[in-house]
Amino acid sequence: METTQPNSKKYSSPTPPVELRRVSMSFDEKQVLDNVSFQVGAGETLVLLGVTGSGKSVLLKLILGLIKPDAGQVLIDGKDLVPLPETELLAFRRRMGIVFQEGALFDSLSVFENVAYRLREEGERDEARLEQRVRELLRFVELEHTLDKMPAELSGGMRRRVAIARAIASKPSIMLYDSPTAGLDPITAQAINVLIAKLRDVEHVSSLVVTHRLADAYALANFIYSPEIQDLTPAAGDGGAGSCTLTRFLVLRDGATYFWGTAEQLISAADPYLRKFLA
Amino acid sequence: MNGVVGTLIKRTVLAVQEFTELFFSSARHAVTKPRYLTDTLIQTDVIGFGSLPIVLLIGFFTGGVTALQTYRTLSRFGETALLGQVVALAMVREMGPVLTALMVAARNSSGIASEIGSMQVSEQIDAMRALGTDPLRKLVTPRLYATLIALPLLTILSDFMGLVGGAIISMSAAHLSASEYWYSAYQALEFEDCVQGLVKPFFFAVIVSLVGCYFGLHTTGGTEGVGRATTRAVVVACALIFIFDFFITKFLLAIGFF
Repeated sequence: METTQPNSKKYSSPTPPVELRRVSMSFDEKQVLDNVSFQVGAGETLVLLGVTGSGKSVLLKLILGLIKPDAGQVLIDGKDLVPLPETELLAFRRRMGIVFQEGALFDSLSVFENVAYRLREEGERDEARLEQRVRELLRFVELEHTLDKMPAELSGGMRRRVAIARAIASKPSIMLYDSPTAGLDPITAQAINVLIAKLRDVEHVSSLVVTHRLADAYALANFIYSPEIQDLTPAAGDGGAGSCTLTRFLVLRDGATYFWGTAEQLISAADPYLRKFLA
Repeated sequence: MNGVVGTLIKRTVLAVQEFTELFFSSARHAVTKPRYLTDTLIQTDVIGFGSLPIVLLIGFFTGGVTALQTYRTLSRFGETALLGQVVALAMVREMGPVLTALMVAARNSSGIASEIGSMQVSEQIDAMRALGTDPLRKLVTPRLYATLIALPLLTILSDFMGLVGGAIISMSAAHLSASEYWYSAYQALEFEDCVQGLVKPFFFAVIVSLVGCYFGLHTTGGTEGVGRATTRAVVVACALIFIFDFFITKFLLAIGFF
């Protein structure tokens, strides 16, 4: 399948926040990623699609520096993370937030302590200021009333929203989402989509979203967050270069890039595998 | 067959390498920041005070059964007055340190492995790293130092309860007076015995805490994996305690502590 490459000048800032160059990775002789390259510019969204086991979650972990590739470069704001030791990676991770598939909240800590976690690690000792900031973050995800609850008392959707609040505590410029709406009902999934769009459109973070749900991917590509109605509203353009959402799609197949383009290009693709994937 | 044996050897060597790396990085974390003192105190409470009732109980009955078993033999030679000596030396040199470590391993290696293993399979460890925390500093180092603080103290208390258990049997079965028993126990103990009895808990503390942490951090396979990690942690910790006990005893005897 020939991949279509959008005009990088239209999309990329001079130093894209996220860039992968010819990244390859294998586990126990199984090739998980094969020569993958892409960029995500400032304020842009990249939706990662692919069947289970195609390497999408591995890409997110590579970007965070949780694992290192066998070959290639992972650049965050122009700096290659691959040769860096763990102590230096900790500083880079402050620029990034990640929402894991099930939220990955610390189950022995309350919602307050979960959201405050990064702030405490960064040295915040003033409890009043800490509480104010935590309340602000929980208000953003509309869960201020759950301050004293434990993660086990929350629904799946609430846990994801608390995980978003925790991830944005240090005001990251890059957000990574690993199947943020997996297993959720359509209404709760829509609430998560609204939050992702809100962060993208209000805070102008660059986003990488791994998802199996095409409806959610199209929603992020074709809708923007409206502060007036506090909900999504149709965006101008096709989700591509002329769109407010600046969203692109990357489809992985057997660890390699199979498709790269806009929502419109994806929907209109004639490739049999893509037609089957989108069916 | 060669493939299976080769894989087994490679895995064992890798495990030893990773375990050694875990030990040295945990030791280094004590002298570099950030240090998680609150977590260390909490773990000392969980490991130390949490294990106290069972350690005291086991110590008491170990001393009692030691006195019971040796009373019959000693009474044949009319030497029941030595009961205090026998219980003191057995408890302080060997049974106190080893049985205390085994109890703490059964309770805490499993607890550590299951707690950290659950965190590993639910991506909480990855979340911790993503939020800028070194999981070894936050999870492993506090548990190591908490066990290093708690286990020697628990051993001392276990030894004492063993002597108490032995005293009750000696007074009831052998009709020794309390002063006879405690005097012979006190007289029997020498500096080298106490050194032997207090050096071993430090080695056992490293085993109990780091084996639990190692298996927890290497857990895979969901809840079933957590169960497997918990079981392995206890089995390996107990086995290593016996193995290390043998070599430490041999070493201390060789350098003159007898």
